[in-house]
Parts: sequence; C-alpha cells; structure tokens
Amino acid sequence: MKFFNAFLLSGIFCFIAQIILDNTKLTPGHITSLFTVLGSGLAFLGIYEKLIEWGGAGATVIISNFGNMLYLGVVEGFKEMGILGVFGGLLVKSSAAISAAVIFSFFFALFFKPKS
Amino acid sequence: MNKDEYQKLVEEYTPKEKKLKNAVLAFFVGGAIGFIGEVIVTILQTSFGLEVKDAYVWLCILMIFVASALTAFGFFDNWVSKCKAGLFLPTTGFAHSVTSAALDYRKDGFITGLGSNVFKLAGSVILYGMIGGFLFGILGVIFHG
Repeated sequence: MKFFNAFLLSGIFCFIAQIILDNTKLTPGHITSLFTVLGSGLAFLGIYEKLIEWGGAGATVIISNFGNMLYLGVVEGFKEMGILGVFGGLLVKSSAAISAAVIFSFFFALFFKPKS
Repeated sequence: MNKDEYQKLVEEYTPKEKKLKNAVLAFFVGGAIGFIGEVIVTILQTSFGLEVKDAYVWLCILMIFVASALTAFGFFDNWVSKCKAGLFLPTTGFAHSVTSAALDYRKDGFITGLGSNVFKLAGSVILYGMIGGFLFGILGVIFHG
C-alpha cells in the first residue's frame, strides 16, 4: 500500500508543478525554488512529516523535502546549541544532497563533455 | 496589437489538450520516481538493515548519482524537455541542473567556468531554500519551542 501512496504523492506534486509551468510564465527555476520554500512552510505546519509518514519516499524524493530538511536543521540545531545552532544547523540535514550533487557533478564534468 | 494582447492570443490558441497531456505525463513520471524510491528504501531497510531515516538519505544520494550520470551521458536533457515537471521537481532535477552547469561551463576553465557557474541554475533553490528554511525555522522555534 505504501508503494501506491508513494506513487500518488510524488505524482501529484509533479502534476501541480506541470500545471503551474504550463499556465504561468514561471520557469522551472521559479517552480523548484517555490516548492522548496513550500516544503519549509509545510514542515513548519507539521504537515510534511505526516506526508512522509503516509507516502514515504514519495515525499522525500521531491525537492520540497530539501526545504523540510532545512527547516528541521534549524529547529534541531536550536535545541542543541541555541542561536548558534540556527546557523550551524541549517545545512546539516541537507548536506548529503548538496555534497553529493557537487562531488558527482565535478567528477562527471572532468570525464565527460556536453553532448550538443 | 501590443505584447499583452498577443500573449493572450497565443494562450487562447495553445491547445488545452497538450497541457493536460503534459500534466498527466508529469504525474506518471514523478509518481514512478516516488514508487521506485519507496522500493529502494524498502530494500535498504530489509536487506541492509538501515534505519528508515538513513535509507532516505541513501536514496537521495543514489538518485543524485544516477541523475548526474545520465546527464553526463547526455540522456537527461532530452528526457527533462519531454517529461518536464516529472523530472525537474524530484531531486533528480537538482542534480541535473548542477551537473549540466558543470559540463557546459567547463570549457571556460576550471575556476572562471566550472567553479563560478556550477550553481548557476541550482543557486536559486539553495538561496531561497535556505532563506525560507531559516525564516520558517525561526517561526518553528518560537511557536513549537
């Protein structure tokens, strides 16, 4: 059942994003930024953790999860280290995603040339 | 006819059917990524004994690796232009934007090309994500303690 939920959840996110893309002048850059901030907002409202509970990976594969992680980083950082933790914690949970993207893209750029 | 009127005319004649087709395609592609993700998370949990939180992080790294590789091999650009939101909204889109910037600007040199442009596309997601996360995080600390 969880597999179906995951399919449905990430599908609906992408469906909404495509509707926005086709009916407004917003570019993919606008939409991904918007959904990231939306993820933080949903995390603040306590909705994002419920989405992950219900849809599992369906909620974590979407870019909004990046916003969720940033939010959680601040909140948990503050619990551990106070104000310093707000700055020190912001990127803690999303570090894996950013590091992976930077490291893989650098080494792929070393060995491959763009096709076009 | 001014620019706005022209824009309206163009929108009127853009077939509605194509928009629906795009949205349905995005739904199925995005859904498939969520489904495959859930399968991978389940395998990581059962076969490798990972905690569910760690499994999500592994899934994220794995997706970024695959999307980066497919971008470097030259497949991903075509797929993104066809499936649009189905591929750019998941984390694959983030990886694609970083890798394609790295590939494209490498010809301008490692410092002034690759180095200064690698976040050209993904930069806005990181910047506004961090600002949003910071502000909502402060609100969260105030309201939820």
